[in-house]
Amino acid sequence: MTRSLLLPLLLLCLLPSMTTAQVPVEDKPSDDPVVEHRLAKLSHELRCLKCQNQTLAESPSSIAADLRREIREQIKAGKSDKEITAFLTQRYGDFILYKPRVTPTTYILWFGPFLLLIGGLIVLFRYVKQRRDAITEQPLTADERRRAEEMLRS
Amino acid sequence: MRYLIPLGLFIVLVAFLAIGLYSRDPRDPGKLPSALLNKPAPAFRLPQLKDPDKTFSAEDMRGKVWMLNVWASWCVECRYEHPGFFEMAKTVPVYGLNYKDRPEDARSWLGELGDPYVLSVSDLEGRVGMDYGVYGAPETYLIDKGGTIRHKHVGPVTEEAWTKDFLPLIQELNRQ
Repeated sequence: MTRSLLLPLLLLCLLPSMTTAQVPVEDKPSDDPVVEHRLAKLSHELRCLKCQNQTLAESPSSIAADLRREIREQIKAGKSDKEITAFLTQRYGDFILYKPRVTPTTYILWFGPFLLLIGGLIVLFRYVKQRRDAITEQPLTADERRRAEEMLRS
Repeated sequence: MRYLIPLGLFIVLVAFLAIGLYSRDPRDPGKLPSALLNKPAPAFRLPQLKDPDKTFSAEDMRGKVWMLNVWASWCVECRYEHPGFFEMAKTVPVYGLNYKDRPEDARSWLGELGDPYVLSVSDLEGRVGMDYGVYGAPETYLIDKGGTIRHKHVGPVTEEAWTKDFLPLIQELNRQ
């Protein structure tokens, strides 16, 4: 019963994509392996804006395809990686960078973990020291010593 | 006293969660701030959708407050926001950027739903869209008399977005 319903339902999902379509974007790999290598490297460091947990390299969305095409063209035009990233951040903001830049707004992101680590170490040292100081030497009395020696002997 | 530290940590945690929940539109965490806010609207000259022999440029709008709506016939949410533009067009000139759409599809879409735009231009490959930082449709920009982007709205312009974000800003910008 469920099986027989599944196929028509799946086909129904295809319907909207059949009635309207985007102008297809050319997203073919270039013949030049150098271009493709640089594109692969760059696009792994850039975020797809539509599907934000994917990089530009892995995303199948059309905006990612657009951006890959743009990057390819800019590489061919001789732009440096820095110029291309500048082009993209100017339009889409720092959000497009998977590796956030070190700016005052991202200080907490970059240095926060180290601060937490240092803070944790300080707390740990203090705690251990406090406990060590809390231990007072309690020497054995003469009676206890005698009993202990007896036990060891037997 | 023993319970104060865990309680304090718990309150901090709740505060962070609350900020995460309420600081941005709870309906869509994918809405990004525009990198172009308060920056000059990128220049473009594109053929008009209904009269491809004529062009339209952002420069033509100098001295006017205007809205640029990014739309397409393949975009489902555009269909949802579309009727609202008829009312908005009484207050502010609304121009359309037909984004990555086939012009014939776009024209028949407007024929079916009506055309609230002063005019629309065809951005076939989405290159002008890229200059504006468009990452999906619909998106709507409000541009002031000096050609500066004053507001960007991602997703359909709902009545709430219009009355809360657009209208007060348009009135203020028109006074300048």
